[in-house]
Amino acid sequence: MKGYIHSIESFGTVDGPGVRYVVFTQGCPMRCLYCHNPDTWATNIGKQMTVEEILDGYRKNREFYSKTGGITVTGGEPLMQTDFLIELFEAAKKEGIHTCIDTSGITYNEKNAEYIKKLDRLLDSTDLIMLDIKHIDNEEHMKLTGQPNEQILAFAKYLEAKNKPVWIRHVVVPTLTYNRKYLNALGYFIGGLKNIKALDVLPYHSMGKVKYEAMGMDYQLKDVPDMDKNELLTAKAMILAGIRKRRKEMAENFADSEKSE
Amino acid sequence: MRSEWNGFVGGQWEKEVNVRDFIQKNFTPYEGDDSFLAGPTQNTNDLWAQVMDLTAKENEAGGVLDMDTKVVSTITSHAAGYLDKEKETIVGFQTDKPFKRSMQPYGGIRMAKKACADNGYTLDPEVEAFFTAHRKTHNAGVFDAYNEDMRRARSYHIITGLPDAYGRGRIIGDYRRVALYGIDFLIEDKKVQKDSTPYTMTADVIRDREELSEQIRALGELKKLAAIYGCDISKPATNVQEAIQAVYFGYLASVKDQNGAAMSLGRTSTFLDIYAEKDLAAGTFTEEQIQEFIDHFIMKLRLVKFARTPEYNQLFSGDPTWVTESIGGVGIDGRPLVTKTSFRYLHTLDNLGTAPEPNMTVLWSTKLPQNFKAYCAKMSIKTSSIQYENDDLMRVSHGDDYAIACCVSSMVVGKEMQFFGARANLAKCLLYAINGGVDEIQKVQVGPKYRPITSEYLDYDDVMEKYKDMMEWLAGLYVNTLNVIHYMHDKYSYEKIQMALHDKEVKRYFATGIAGLSVVADSLSAIKYAKVKTVRDDNGIVTDYIVEGDFPKYGNDDDRVDSIASDLVTTFMNMIRKHHTYRNGVPTMSILTITSNVVYGKNTGATPDGRPAGIPLAPGANPMHGRDSHGAIASLSSVSKLPFSDAQDGISNTFSIIPGALGKEDQVFVGDIEVDIDNF
Repeated sequence: MKGYIHSIESFGTVDGPGVRYVVFTQGCPMRCLYCHNPDTWATNIGKQMTVEEILDGYRKNREFYSKTGGITVTGGEPLMQTDFLIELFEAAKKEGIHTCIDTSGITYNEKNAEYIKKLDRLLDSTDLIMLDIKHIDNEEHMKLTGQPNEQILAFAKYLEAKNKPVWIRHVVVPTLTYNRKYLNALGYFIGGLKNIKALDVLPYHSMGKVKYEAMGMDYQLKDVPDMDKNELLTAKAMILAGIRKRRKEMAENFADSEKSE
Repeated sequence: MRSEWNGFVGGQWEKEVNVRDFIQKNFTPYEGDDSFLAGPTQNTNDLWAQVMDLTAKENEAGGVLDMDTKVVSTITSHAAGYLDKEKETIVGFQTDKPFKRSMQPYGGIRMAKKACADNGYTLDPEVEAFFTAHRKTHNAGVFDAYNEDMRRARSYHIITGLPDAYGRGRIIGDYRRVALYGIDFLIEDKKVQKDSTPYTMTADVIRDREELSEQIRALGELKKLAAIYGCDISKPATNVQEAIQAVYFGYLASVKDQNGAAMSLGRTSTFLDIYAEKDLAAGTFTEEQIQEFIDHFIMKLRLVKFARTPEYNQLFSGDPTWVTESIGGVGIDGRPLVTKTSFRYLHTLDNLGTAPEPNMTVLWSTKLPQNFKAYCAKMSIKTSSIQYENDDLMRVSHGDDYAIACCVSSMVVGKEMQFFGARANLAKCLLYAINGGVDEIQKVQVGPKYRPITSEYLDYDDVMEKYKDMMEWLAGLYVNTLNVIHYMHDKYSYEKIQMALHDKEVKRYFATGIAGLSVVADSLSAIKYAKVKTVRDDNGIVTDYIVEGDFPKYGNDDDRVDSIASDLVTTFMNMIRKHHTYRNGVPTMSILTITSNVVYGKNTGATPDGRPAGIPLAPGANPMHGRDSHGAIASLSSVSKLPFSDAQDGISNTFSIIPGALGKEDQVFVGDIEVDIDNF
């Protein structure tokens, strides 16, 4: 089968461990205000590529990726094309390639048995999930992305139950997410998950603006400045403080529960 | 064994000039990290402050602080010059003062005069008269012999940057020989060589004997140059300071004798490390002292300056000297040739700050020690001042004692040299093919009057057939132009001291080069896979092209167009190979421009890939700017498909990247969160 592909980046250094072959899929249900790839939103357009075509590009330059890197599928929202991903990753695993999905988790639906079946099969051939949590507060999440975050947080818990290695990514945007209350809460949520391997805090930048202009779209964050580097460190500390608080509570609860028995 | 060599492992190198053998028997590979390195001494800081001060003054003065207009530069022409005699541990300048540029008229008196005039100085009329009436220069010789075709190709820039008015450079003397053997030994060796020439005096034998005499005389002058600075280099060096000083005197003599387009140093760090290790072990010098010697040596190399014209500087985007030093690499026995002094050289970028010269070039192998790789990466990120070359590729043909001249030209030190040949503009050649030899800018018949393309849309087979004919013409003209140049350079501006530091039997590469590879590959791809419509002027000359539709572009790891680029390289190289070369030079080709692609682009009309007239060509073998849309690895892969065997003089790819694009900044990224959460 063929997937809808927006583009391929042969030298990805920020989307997972090592040097990565990054596949950008086409199509996304989220409408994040700061999205710097609005050209990946529309579905059922873009280049149609087969698994073989994609893997060929990887194989030709295997030497660059094979040591510590691998393939990352990002987007767009990769999980909109689960069937294609299953075929791609199962083929990749046969060749010992490290596989990673960068997702918002928005498509997760525990009530759909068929979806869960497919998701489970895909996770079997996925080494790492990078989960983008855009905002911890549901209302703010709606404002920022046009979608609620309940399914996303449920997906995070599902991945924990499956004990799948996860990196959490979070973009810090001045005025929107750069807020102690929210960042603490985000950390508190993450702290409760036992499968988190890394935290990737990303600074908001306005480089996507030109794309909006080129596409004749209104860029809603034109008055929001780029995230300051030092403040980003503060933001990270806020998230880590939340994680630490949750971990401490869990340790105490564990001790209490032992005592009461 | 001679007393100066005490402590060294002996071998063949004692009996004959054989620096490689000495290195192999005596060097100590270093696999550790950079923690042993020493910072700058107070003297180093003081001297460098003086240099920065003079640099500021030089910039204020418009680029040149002082020039010699009277004294013709020779190996012994000037008295000693210093920054601060008390503080310098390695001494020697090209003239009697730092920042004073020497006058070097043997390449061409007009160029020397213009270099003075353009910088606000007046060449001594007596010198001018002498080199016009009594002593012929290289430049005058060349123009006596050029034919009409050659003059035209040059004026209309289809062949560009030819070393016919300036020094060809690109020759690396084995300066290590001065340190290891001392001048007396080298002179004796050359005398034996001279005595062993064949008896029958053919022109070749006469030339050999004359050149060997020149070499012997130059070695004598080199000894005198050292004496001017109070040093005796007639005998082998006995410690690392003497060894560095001897190597530098050898190099200094070369830049006093020649104003070459690239005056490269060779591969000296691991050689010098043998002395450093010996001195460290014996307690002769400390790490601080050894680093100070290296710092002062590198400082001197940074201060090599030539008198040049603004046009020259425009062509090369600055005032480069290409003091290339090759560092690292792996031996044919598998031992990495990385030593502590390899680190010390790169460490000067910390101690003195970053600089483009000397052009530190790491011979990269997958088998280099991990610590050295990490250090190189660190210094590259910090300074952007390191060039990398593929040792795994070049070791196959050149062994493990080669060095790079200029940017990419590899040659075995002391055993191989090259005749530098600038570049033929293949993009312009394609336009000549389309227009039947008429220059697209000046509208003059420059190439042969072949049938032009008359159709509105370009047909791939038609274009290819005509292009190959035009390339055949260009290859022949180009090689023969170079034959004239190198004959005259040998005759009127012979590199006597550099050649004195070579073996008698030298392999001469006849280096050609091409410009515009990616433009031609994309143009042919556009003609093949899209539709290209011609736009003609009133006289029917094609001056512009309209590309309809999309086409595969070189730089995206797409074989459809990458194969066009590779075939082009092989095709043109084979055309070059058909022609007789001066002194039986072995023809090679480079795909190299680091800066001059801008000027070449200016002289090239619009091309069928949609590139407008006058826009810079891509540098070297780079894809055209902005056309590689699949990221760095795909772009590098396209370049790596070019056949090295048909571009043996080197393939360059200029690559810059913002540090953030090389990976996460670790202050923000928390990997392995279980561990890091407690440490933050």
